[in-house]
Amino acid sequence: MVPFAGFEMPVQFEGLNFEHAAVREGVGIFDISHMGEVRVRGAGVESWLDGLSTNRITGTAPGKVVYTAMCAPGGGVLDDMLIYRLADHDWLVVCNAVNRGKIVDWLAERGRGVAGVAAEDASARTAMIAVQGPESLVLMSRLAALADVRERLTELDFYAALVLPRPEDDWIVSRTGYTGERGYELYIPWRAALPLWEELLAEGDDLGVAPVGLAARDTLRFEMGYSLYGHELSGDWTPLEAGIGWAVRLRNREFVGAEALRAQKRAGVPRRIAGLEVHGAPAGVRSRPAPIARQETPVFAAGKQVGFVTSGTKSPSLNRSLALAMLETGRGEAELEVEVRGKRYPATVTSVPFLAPRVKGDPRAARGQPTP
Amino acid sequence: MTSDDRIYSKEHEWVMIESNIATVGVTEYAATELGDVVFIELPEPGAQVGQGDAVGTIETVKSVEDLYCPLTGEIVEINEAVLDAPELVNESPLDDGWLFKLQFSDHGELDNLLSAADYDAMIGG
Repeated sequence: MVPFAGFEMPVQFEGLNFEHAAVREGVGIFDISHMGEVRVRGAGVESWLDGLSTNRITGTAPGKVVYTAMCAPGGGVLDDMLIYRLADHDWLVVCNAVNRGKIVDWLAERGRGVAGVAAEDASARTAMIAVQGPESLVLMSRLAALADVRERLTELDFYAALVLPRPEDDWIVSRTGYTGERGYELYIPWRAALPLWEELLAEGDDLGVAPVGLAARDTLRFEMGYSLYGHELSGDWTPLEAGIGWAVRLRNREFVGAEALRAQKRAGVPRRIAGLEVHGAPAGVRSRPAPIARQETPVFAAGKQVGFVTSGTKSPSLNRSLALAMLETGRGEAELEVEVRGKRYPATVTSVPFLAPRVKGDPRAARGQPTP
Repeated sequence: MTSDDRIYSKEHEWVMIESNIATVGVTEYAATELGDVVFIELPEPGAQVGQGDAVGTIETVKSVEDLYCPLTGEIVEINEAVLDAPELVNESPLDDGWLFKLQFSDHGELDNLLSAADYDAMIGG
Protein backbone atom coordinates (compact mmCIF):
# COMPACT_ATOMS: atom_id res chain seq x y z
CA MET A 1 0.00 0.00 0.00
CA VAL A 2 1.21 3.52 -0.75
CA PRO A 3 -0.15 6.97 0.07
CA PHE A 4 -1.67 8.55 -3.06
CA ALA A 5 -3.46 11.92 -3.09
CA GLY A 6 -4.67 11.43 0.48
CA PHE A 7 -5.70 7.80 -0.05
CA GLU A 8 -3.96 4.56 0.88
CA MET A 9 -3.76 2.77 -2.45
CA PRO A 10 -2.66 -0.77 -3.36
CA VAL A 11 0.33 -0.95 -5.74
CA GLN A 12 -0.39 -4.57 -6.52
CA PHE A 13 -2.39 -7.57 -5.36
CA GLU A 14 -1.29 -10.81 -7.05
CA GLY A 15 1.46 -9.14 -9.08
CA LEU A 16 1.79 -6.60 -11.85
CA ASN A 17 2.10 -8.99 -14.80
CA PHE A 18 -0.72 -11.21 -13.57
CA GLU A 19 -3.06 -8.25 -13.07
CA HIS A 20 -2.08 -6.70 -16.40
CA ALA A 21 -2.75 -9.95 -18.26
CA ALA A 22 -6.07 -10.44 -16.45
CA VAL A 23 -7.34 -7.13 -17.86
CA ARG A 24 -5.99 -7.77 -21.39
CA GLU A 25 -7.36 -11.32 -21.56
CA GLY A 26 -10.16 -11.62 -18.99
CA VAL A 27 -11.41 -9.07 -16.51
CA GLY A 28 -9.94 -6.97 -13.72
CA ILE A 29 -11.53 -4.69 -11.14
CA PHE A 30 -10.09 -1.43 -9.81
CA ASP A 31 -11.05 0.54 -6.72
CA ILE A 32 -10.53 4.06 -8.03
CA SER A 33 -12.58 5.86 -5.39
CA HIS A 34 -9.76 8.40 -5.11
CA MET A 35 -10.97 10.08 -8.32
CA GLY A 36 -12.64 13.46 -7.91
CA GLU A 37 -16.34 13.86 -8.80
CA VAL A 38 -18.04 17.22 -9.11
CA ARG A 39 -21.77 17.22 -9.77
CA VAL A 40 -22.92 20.36 -11.58
CA ARG A 41 -26.58 21.21 -12.02
CA GLY A 42 -28.47 24.02 -13.68
CA ALA A 43 -29.69 25.46 -16.95
CA GLY A 44 -26.45 27.42 -17.44
CA VAL A 45 -24.02 24.51 -17.10
CA GLU A 46 -23.75 23.54 -20.77
CA SER A 47 -22.38 26.83 -22.04
CA TRP A 48 -20.42 27.49 -18.86
CA LEU A 49 -18.57 24.16 -19.04
CA ASP A 50 -17.98 24.72 -22.74
CA GLY A 51 -16.21 27.95 -21.85
CA LEU A 52 -13.80 26.07 -19.59
CA SER A 53 -13.12 23.01 -21.74
CA THR A 54 -10.70 22.42 -24.62
CA ASN A 55 -13.12 19.90 -26.16
CA ARG A 56 -16.61 20.84 -27.29
CA ILE A 57 -19.20 20.36 -24.55
CA THR A 58 -22.08 22.24 -26.15
CA GLY A 59 -24.38 19.83 -27.92
CA THR A 60 -23.41 16.78 -25.87
CA ALA A 61 -26.48 14.55 -25.70
CA PRO A 62 -27.78 13.38 -22.32
CA GLY A 63 -26.20 10.00 -21.57
CA LYS A 64 -22.95 10.85 -23.35
CA VAL A 65 -19.44 11.36 -22.01
CA VAL A 66 -16.72 13.69 -23.33
CA TYR A 67 -12.99 13.51 -22.70
CA THR A 68 -11.54 16.99 -22.32
CA ALA A 69 -8.94 19.11 -20.58
CA MET A 70 -9.26 22.41 -18.77
CA CYS A 71 -6.53 25.00 -19.16
CA ALA A 72 -5.30 28.06 -17.32
CA PRO A 73 -5.46 31.30 -19.33
CA GLY A 74 -1.82 30.77 -20.38
CA GLY A 75 -2.67 27.39 -21.93
CA GLY A 76 -1.12 25.16 -19.27
CA VAL A 77 -3.20 22.10 -18.43
CA LEU A 78 -5.10 22.25 -15.13
CA ASP A 79 -6.30 18.66 -15.52
CA ASP A 80 -7.80 16.22 -17.97
CA MET A 81 -11.23 14.84 -17.18
CA LEU A 82 -14.42 13.15 -18.28
CA ILE A 83 -17.56 15.27 -18.45
CA TYR A 84 -20.86 13.39 -18.29
CA ARG A 85 -24.17 14.85 -19.35
CA LEU A 86 -26.45 12.80 -17.12
CA ALA A 87 -29.59 14.76 -18.01
CA ASP A 88 -30.34 18.11 -19.65
CA HIS A 89 -29.32 20.11 -16.60
CA ASP A 90 -27.35 17.53 -14.65
CA TRP A 91 -23.63 17.04 -15.27
CA LEU A 92 -20.74 15.17 -13.71
CA VAL A 93 -17.08 16.24 -13.96
CA VAL A 94 -14.60 13.48 -13.10
CA CYS A 95 -11.06 14.68 -12.46
CA ASN A 96 -7.80 13.26 -11.15
CA ALA A 97 -7.44 12.83 -7.40
CA VAL A 98 -4.23 14.88 -7.29
CA ASN A 99 -6.07 17.80 -8.90
CA ARG A 100 -9.39 17.56 -7.09
CA GLY A 101 -8.82 20.58 -4.86
CA LYS A 102 -7.54 22.65 -7.76
CA ILE A 103 -10.48 21.77 -10.02
CA VAL A 104 -13.09 22.23 -7.26
CA ASP A 105 -11.63 25.68 -6.54
CA TRP A 106 -11.39 26.51 -10.26
CA LEU A 107 -15.03 25.59 -10.88
CA ALA A 108 -16.11 27.56 -7.80
CA GLU A 109 -14.12 30.60 -8.90
CA ARG A 110 -15.33 30.49 -12.50
CA GLY A 111 -18.90 29.75 -11.44
CA ARG A 112 -19.25 32.63 -9.00
CA GLY A 113 -22.13 34.83 -10.07
CA VAL A 114 -22.93 32.71 -13.12
CA ALA A 115 -26.68 32.14 -13.38
CA GLY A 116 -27.93 28.55 -13.51
CA VAL A 117 -24.74 26.84 -12.31
CA ALA A 118 -24.49 24.98 -8.99
CA ALA A 119 -21.39 22.84 -8.49
CA GLU A 120 -21.01 20.40 -5.63
CA ASP A 121 -17.91 18.33 -4.78
CA ALA A 122 -19.36 14.83 -4.46
CA SER A 123 -15.95 13.11 -4.14
CA ALA A 124 -16.19 12.17 -0.47
CA ARG A 125 -19.53 10.37 -0.79
CA THR A 126 -18.81 8.78 -4.16
CA ALA A 127 -16.93 5.52 -4.61
CA MET A 128 -15.73 4.45 -8.04
CA ILE A 129 -15.06 0.94 -9.29
CA ALA A 130 -13.78 0.13 -12.78
CA VAL A 131 -14.49 -3.25 -14.40
CA GLN A 132 -12.18 -3.69 -17.37
CA GLY A 133 -11.35 -6.41 -19.86
CA PRO A 134 -12.90 -8.51 -22.64
CA GLU A 135 -15.07 -10.33 -20.07
CA SER A 136 -16.25 -7.13 -18.38
CA LEU A 137 -19.73 -7.18 -19.88
CA VAL A 138 -20.28 -10.79 -18.77
CA LEU A 139 -19.32 -9.86 -15.23
CA MET A 140 -21.33 -6.63 -15.18
CA SER A 141 -24.41 -8.50 -16.42
CA ARG A 142 -24.29 -10.71 -13.35
CA LEU A 143 -24.58 -7.85 -10.86
CA ALA A 144 -27.87 -7.92 -8.97
CA ALA A 145 -28.06 -4.13 -8.83
CA LEU A 146 -27.95 -3.93 -12.65
CA ALA A 147 -30.44 -6.75 -13.28
CA ASP A 148 -33.18 -4.38 -14.44
CA VAL A 149 -30.91 -2.60 -16.97
CA ARG A 150 -29.08 -5.62 -18.40
CA GLU A 151 -30.29 -4.96 -21.93
CA ARG A 152 -29.36 -1.28 -21.85
CA LEU A 153 -25.97 -2.26 -20.44
CA THR A 154 -25.36 -4.65 -23.33
CA GLU A 155 -26.19 -1.92 -25.83
CA LEU A 156 -24.28 0.82 -24.04
CA ASP A 157 -21.97 2.61 -26.49
CA PHE A 158 -18.39 3.58 -25.85
CA TYR A 159 -18.37 6.89 -23.94
CA ALA A 160 -22.03 6.57 -22.97
CA ALA A 161 -23.54 6.34 -19.49
CA LEU A 162 -26.61 5.07 -17.65
CA VAL A 163 -28.04 6.82 -14.62
CA LEU A 164 -29.82 4.53 -12.19
CA PRO A 165 -31.82 6.48 -9.59
CA ARG A 166 -31.44 4.87 -6.15
CA PRO A 167 -32.82 6.00 -2.78
CA GLU A 168 -29.47 7.05 -1.28
CA ASP A 169 -27.79 8.44 -4.38
CA ASP A 170 -27.74 7.80 -8.13
CA TRP A 171 -25.69 4.94 -9.48
CA ILE A 172 -23.88 5.90 -12.68
CA VAL A 173 -22.48 3.29 -15.06
CA SER A 174 -20.44 4.29 -18.09
CA ARG A 175 -18.56 2.44 -20.81
CA THR A 176 -15.30 4.16 -20.14
CA GLY A 177 -11.93 3.25 -18.71
CA TYR A 178 -8.21 3.76 -18.60
CA THR A 179 -7.00 0.43 -19.99
CA GLY A 180 -7.94 0.38 -23.68
CA GLU A 181 -10.09 -2.71 -23.16
CA ARG A 182 -13.87 -2.93 -23.21
CA GLY A 183 -14.81 -1.79 -19.78
CA TYR A 184 -17.12 0.00 -17.42
CA GLU A 185 -16.82 2.50 -14.62
CA LEU A 186 -19.34 2.63 -11.78
CA TYR A 187 -19.99 5.65 -9.57
CA ILE A 188 -21.80 4.57 -6.45
CA PRO A 189 -22.48 5.78 -2.88
CA TRP A 190 -19.48 4.84 -0.75
CA ARG A 191 -21.56 2.51 1.43
CA ALA A 192 -22.32 0.35 -1.59
CA ALA A 193 -18.65 -0.05 -2.56
CA LEU A 194 -17.51 -2.93 -0.37
CA PRO A 195 -20.55 -5.17 -1.02
CA LEU A 196 -20.22 -4.46 -4.76
CA TRP A 197 -16.48 -5.25 -4.71
CA GLU A 198 -17.18 -8.56 -2.99
CA GLU A 199 -20.00 -9.35 -5.40
CA LEU A 200 -17.66 -8.70 -8.35
CA LEU A 201 -15.01 -11.03 -6.89
CA ALA A 202 -17.56 -13.78 -6.21
CA GLU A 203 -19.45 -13.48 -9.50
CA GLY A 204 -16.23 -13.22 -11.49
CA ASP A 205 -14.52 -16.20 -9.93
CA ASP A 206 -15.04 -18.48 -12.95
CA LEU A 207 -13.86 -15.63 -15.24
CA GLY A 208 -10.60 -15.31 -13.33
CA VAL A 209 -11.43 -11.80 -12.13
CA ALA A 210 -8.40 -10.04 -10.64
CA PRO A 211 -8.28 -7.03 -8.35
CA VAL A 212 -5.83 -4.61 -9.97
CA GLY A 213 -3.48 -2.16 -8.25
CA LEU A 214 -1.88 1.10 -9.29
CA ALA A 215 1.16 -0.54 -10.91
CA ALA A 216 -0.88 -2.42 -13.54
CA ARG A 217 -3.29 0.51 -13.90
CA ASP A 218 -0.23 2.47 -15.04
CA THR A 219 1.17 -0.16 -17.46
CA LEU A 220 -2.30 -0.67 -18.98
CA ARG A 221 -2.83 3.03 -19.66
CA PHE A 222 0.77 3.45 -20.80
CA GLU A 223 0.51 0.79 -23.53
CA MET A 224 -2.45 2.70 -24.95
CA GLY A 225 -0.55 6.00 -24.84
CA TYR A 226 -3.16 7.55 -22.56
CA SER A 227 -1.86 10.70 -20.90
CA LEU A 228 -1.43 10.91 -17.14
CA TYR A 229 -1.42 14.17 -15.22
CA GLY A 230 1.99 14.79 -13.66
CA HIS A 231 3.60 12.87 -16.52
CA GLU A 232 2.39 13.76 -20.04
CA LEU A 233 0.03 16.44 -18.76
CA SER A 234 1.34 19.40 -16.80
CA GLY A 235 0.60 23.00 -15.96
CA ASP A 236 3.96 23.75 -17.60
CA TRP A 237 2.83 22.96 -21.12
CA THR A 238 -0.26 22.96 -23.32
CA PRO A 239 -2.56 20.11 -24.38
CA LEU A 240 -1.21 20.57 -27.93
CA GLU A 241 2.25 19.72 -26.66
CA ALA A 242 0.92 16.99 -24.39
CA GLY A 243 -0.42 14.91 -27.26
CA ILE A 244 -4.13 15.45 -26.62
CA GLY A 245 -4.54 17.97 -29.43
CA TRP A 246 -7.42 15.84 -30.73
CA ALA A 247 -9.37 16.95 -27.62
CA VAL A 248 -8.73 20.63 -28.37
CA ARG A 249 -11.43 22.23 -30.55
CA LEU A 250 -10.51 25.81 -31.42
CA ARG A 251 -12.78 26.54 -34.38
CA ASN A 252 -15.60 28.98 -33.53
CA ARG A 253 -15.12 28.46 -29.81
CA GLU A 254 -13.97 30.52 -26.88
CA PHE A 255 -12.71 28.89 -23.71
CA VAL A 256 -10.17 29.71 -21.04
CA GLY A 257 -6.77 29.20 -22.65
CA ALA A 258 -8.03 29.24 -26.25
CA GLU A 259 -6.13 32.42 -27.17
CA ALA A 260 -2.85 30.97 -25.91
CA LEU A 261 -3.46 27.72 -27.77
CA ARG A 262 -4.30 29.56 -31.01
CA ALA A 263 -1.12 31.58 -30.68
CA GLN A 264 0.92 28.44 -30.12
CA LYS A 265 -0.64 26.77 -33.13
CA ARG A 266 0.14 29.80 -35.29
CA ALA A 267 3.73 29.94 -34.11
CA GLY A 268 4.16 26.18 -34.38
CA VAL A 269 3.99 23.73 -31.50
CA PRO A 270 7.61 23.60 -30.29
CA ARG A 271 7.57 20.14 -28.71
CA ARG A 272 5.28 17.17 -28.48
CA ILE A 273 4.86 13.90 -26.68
CA ALA A 274 6.19 11.02 -28.78
CA GLY A 275 6.57 7.29 -28.28
CA LEU A 276 10.08 5.88 -27.90
CA GLU A 277 11.50 2.39 -27.88
CA VAL A 278 14.70 2.04 -25.90
CA HIS A 279 17.26 -0.48 -27.16
CA GLY A 280 19.87 -2.35 -25.17
CA ALA A 281 22.55 -1.86 -27.82
CA PRO A 282 23.02 -0.01 -31.14
CA ALA A 283 21.62 -1.64 -34.27
CA GLY A 284 23.88 -4.43 -35.51
CA VAL A 285 25.26 -5.18 -32.07
CA ARG A 286 23.96 -8.29 -30.36
CA SER A 287 20.87 -7.00 -28.65
CA ARG A 288 20.44 -7.09 -24.92
CA PRO A 289 17.43 -6.13 -22.84
CA ALA A 290 17.17 -2.38 -22.42
CA PRO A 291 16.79 -0.56 -19.13
CA ILE A 292 13.59 1.31 -18.37
CA ALA A 293 13.81 5.00 -19.23
CA ARG A 294 11.80 6.47 -16.38
CA GLN A 295 10.26 9.92 -15.96
CA GLU A 296 12.80 12.76 -16.47
CA THR A 297 15.32 10.56 -18.28
CA PRO A 298 17.03 12.95 -20.74
CA VAL A 299 16.75 12.29 -24.49
CA PHE A 300 19.59 13.31 -26.83
CA ALA A 301 20.00 13.78 -30.57
CA ALA A 302 23.56 14.18 -31.88
CA GLY A 303 24.78 14.76 -28.34
CA LYS A 304 22.34 17.60 -27.59
CA GLN A 305 19.43 17.18 -25.21
CA VAL A 306 16.18 17.44 -27.17
CA GLY A 307 13.70 16.23 -24.60
CA PHE A 308 12.89 14.12 -21.59
CA VAL A 309 10.87 11.07 -20.75
CA THR A 310 7.45 11.62 -19.15
CA SER A 311 6.57 7.92 -18.57
CA GLY A 312 8.56 4.77 -19.24
CA THR A 313 8.17 1.10 -18.49
CA LYS A 314 8.73 -2.37 -19.77
CA SER A 315 5.47 -3.11 -21.56
CA PRO A 316 4.06 -6.33 -20.09
CA SER A 317 2.10 -7.10 -23.28
CA LEU A 318 4.92 -6.36 -25.72
CA ASN A 319 7.97 -7.11 -23.57
CA ARG A 320 9.74 -3.99 -24.86
CA SER A 321 11.26 -1.02 -23.03
CA LEU A 322 9.02 1.86 -24.12
CA ALA A 323 8.62 5.48 -23.15
CA LEU A 324 6.53 8.54 -23.77
CA ALA A 325 8.80 11.55 -24.08
CA MET A 326 8.46 15.29 -24.61
CA LEU A 327 10.61 15.94 -27.68
CA GLU A 328 11.48 19.07 -29.62
CA THR A 329 9.45 19.15 -32.84
CA GLY A 330 11.33 17.76 -35.83
CA ARG A 331 13.43 15.22 -33.95
CA GLY A 332 11.48 12.17 -35.06
CA GLU A 333 13.98 11.12 -37.71
CA ALA A 334 17.08 11.68 -35.65
CA GLU A 335 19.07 8.92 -34.02
CA LEU A 336 18.13 9.37 -30.42
CA GLU A 337 19.71 8.28 -27.20
CA VAL A 338 18.47 8.16 -23.64
CA GLU A 339 20.76 8.41 -20.64
CA VAL A 340 20.04 5.98 -17.82
CA ARG A 341 22.34 5.93 -14.79
CA GLY A 342 25.12 7.65 -16.72
CA LYS A 343 25.00 5.37 -19.78
CA ARG A 344 23.57 6.20 -23.19
CA TYR A 345 21.24 3.74 -24.92
CA PRO A 346 19.83 4.04 -28.46
CA ALA A 347 16.17 4.96 -28.79
CA THR A 348 13.85 5.17 -31.79
CA VAL A 349 10.56 7.01 -32.23
CA THR A 350 7.68 4.56 -32.42
CA SER A 351 3.96 5.10 -33.00
CA VAL A 352 1.49 5.57 -30.18
CA PRO A 353 -0.57 3.74 -28.99
CA PHE A 354 2.13 1.11 -28.50
CA LEU A 355 -0.55 -1.55 -28.50
CA ALA A 356 -3.13 -1.52 -31.31
CA PRO A 357 -6.45 0.01 -30.17
CA ARG A 358 -8.56 -2.69 -28.55
CA VAL A 359 -11.93 -0.98 -28.78
CA LYS A 360 -13.46 0.51 -31.89
CA GLY A 361 -13.77 4.27 -31.73
CA ASP A 362 -11.47 4.80 -28.75
CA PRO A 363 -10.88 8.54 -29.04
CA ARG A 364 -7.84 8.49 -26.81
CA ALA A 365 -6.07 5.66 -28.63
CA ALA A 366 -7.28 5.64 -32.23
CA ARG A 367 -6.14 9.16 -32.98
CA GLY A 368 -2.81 8.43 -31.41
CA GLN A 369 -0.20 11.09 -31.26
CA PRO A 370 1.59 12.53 -34.23
CA THR A 371 5.27 11.80 -34.31
CA PRO A 372 7.15 15.06 -33.94
CA MET B 1 14.38 -22.92 4.15
CA THR B 2 17.51 -21.22 2.90
CA SER B 3 20.34 -23.32 1.46
CA ASP B 4 23.18 -23.87 3.96
CA ASP B 5 25.83 -24.59 1.29
CA ARG B 6 26.56 -20.85 1.14
CA ILE B 7 26.59 -17.67 3.21
CA TYR B 8 24.51 -14.52 2.97
CA SER B 9 24.71 -10.74 3.11
CA LYS B 10 22.21 -8.48 4.83
CA GLU B 11 21.54 -7.05 1.36
CA HIS B 12 20.00 -10.39 0.33
CA GLU B 13 22.90 -11.80 -1.69
CA TRP B 14 24.21 -15.33 -1.42
CA VAL B 15 27.96 -16.01 -1.56
CA MET B 16 29.43 -19.39 -2.41
CA ILE B 17 33.10 -19.76 -1.51
CA GLU B 18 35.56 -22.00 -3.37
CA SER B 19 39.09 -21.29 -2.06
CA ASN B 20 39.53 -17.56 -2.81
CA ILE B 21 36.77 -17.23 -5.43
CA ALA B 22 33.32 -16.07 -4.30
CA THR B 23 30.29 -16.56 -6.56
CA VAL B 24 27.51 -14.07 -5.86
CA GLY B 25 23.79 -14.05 -6.60
CA VAL B 26 20.56 -12.87 -5.02
CA THR B 27 18.56 -15.00 -2.60
CA GLU B 28 15.27 -16.68 -3.40
CA TYR B 29 13.64 -14.37 -0.88
CA ALA B 30 15.00 -11.30 -2.69
CA ALA B 31 14.06 -12.66 -6.13
CA THR B 32 10.47 -13.14 -4.95
CA GLU B 33 10.29 -9.77 -3.22
CA LEU B 34 11.71 -7.95 -6.24
CA GLY B 35 9.22 -9.34 -8.71
CA ASP B 36 10.00 -9.76 -12.39
CA VAL B 37 13.52 -8.55 -13.15
CA VAL B 38 13.69 -6.74 -16.50
CA PHE B 39 17.25 -5.37 -16.58
CA ILE B 40 20.56 -6.00 -14.85
CA GLU B 41 23.81 -4.05 -14.75
CA LEU B 42 26.94 -5.87 -13.57
CA PRO B 43 30.48 -4.64 -12.89
CA GLU B 44 33.17 -5.03 -15.56
CA PRO B 45 35.54 -7.99 -15.18
CA GLY B 46 38.77 -6.66 -13.71
CA ALA B 47 37.02 -4.05 -11.58
CA GLN B 48 38.36 -3.60 -8.06
CA VAL B 49 35.44 -3.61 -5.65
CA GLY B 50 35.03 -3.16 -1.91
CA GLN B 51 32.76 -4.89 0.58
CA GLY B 52 29.45 -3.01 0.63
CA ASP B 53 30.08 -1.12 -2.65
CA ALA B 54 27.18 -0.68 -5.05
CA VAL B 55 28.52 -2.54 -8.09
CA GLY B 56 25.42 -2.93 -10.25
CA THR B 57 21.66 -2.62 -10.43
CA ILE B 58 18.67 -4.90 -10.60
CA GLU B 59 15.67 -3.30 -12.24
CA THR B 60 12.02 -4.31 -12.13
CA VAL B 61 9.05 -2.38 -13.48
CA LYS B 62 8.42 -1.13 -9.95
CA SER B 63 11.94 -0.19 -8.85
CA VAL B 64 15.69 -0.01 -9.40
CA GLU B 65 17.73 -1.66 -6.65
CA ASP B 66 21.48 -1.39 -6.10
CA LEU B 67 23.48 -4.59 -6.16
CA TYR B 68 26.00 -4.58 -3.32
CA CYS B 69 29.33 -6.35 -3.29
CA PRO B 70 29.59 -8.73 -0.33
CA LEU B 71 33.43 -8.88 -0.26
CA THR B 72 36.47 -6.82 -1.25
CA GLY B 73 38.35 -8.07 -4.30
CA GLU B 74 38.55 -8.16 -8.09
CA ILE B 75 35.71 -9.15 -10.40
CA VAL B 76 36.94 -12.16 -12.36
CA GLU B 77 33.80 -13.24 -14.22
CA ILE B 78 30.26 -12.06 -14.82
CA ASN B 79 27.24 -14.09 -15.89
CA GLU B 80 26.64 -12.90 -19.45
CA ALA B 81 23.49 -15.04 -19.60
CA VAL B 82 21.63 -12.94 -17.02
CA LEU B 83 22.44 -9.79 -18.99
CA ASP B 84 20.68 -11.38 -21.96
CA ALA B 85 17.89 -12.95 -19.91
CA PRO B 86 17.34 -11.09 -16.61
CA GLU B 87 14.40 -13.38 -15.85
CA LEU B 88 16.98 -16.06 -14.89
CA VAL B 89 17.25 -14.24 -11.56
CA ASN B 90 13.60 -15.07 -10.89
CA GLU B 91 13.63 -18.52 -12.44
CA SER B 92 16.86 -19.80 -10.94
CA PRO B 93 18.30 -17.36 -8.41
CA LEU B 94 20.63 -19.90 -6.80
CA ASP B 95 22.02 -21.57 -9.95
CA ASP B 96 21.65 -20.23 -13.51
CA GLY B 97 20.86 -16.77 -12.15
CA TRP B 98 24.25 -16.22 -10.45
CA LEU B 99 25.60 -12.72 -11.11
CA PHE B 100 29.39 -12.43 -10.74
CA LYS B 101 32.52 -14.06 -9.35
CA LEU B 102 35.20 -12.21 -7.49
CA GLN B 103 38.63 -13.09 -6.22
CA PHE B 104 38.93 -12.02 -2.60
CA SER B 105 41.82 -12.04 -0.13
CA ASP B 106 40.51 -10.84 3.22
CA HIS B 107 38.91 -13.89 4.80
CA GLY B 108 38.18 -11.77 7.87
CA GLU B 109 35.40 -10.07 5.88
CA LEU B 110 33.50 -13.35 5.86
CA ASP B 111 32.65 -12.64 9.51
CA ASN B 112 30.42 -9.81 8.30
CA LEU B 113 28.25 -12.29 6.41
CA LEU B 114 25.46 -14.47 7.74
CA SER B 115 24.91 -18.20 8.05
CA ALA B 116 21.77 -19.66 6.46
CA ALA B 117 20.16 -19.86 9.91
CA ASP B 118 21.01 -16.22 10.70
CA TYR B 119 19.74 -15.09 7.30
CA ASP B 120 16.50 -16.99 7.82
CA ALA B 121 16.11 -15.33 11.20
CA MET B 122 16.70 -11.92 9.61
CA ILE B 123 13.97 -12.40 6.97
CA GLY B 124 11.68 -13.89 9.57
CA GLY B 125 11.69 -17.31 7.88
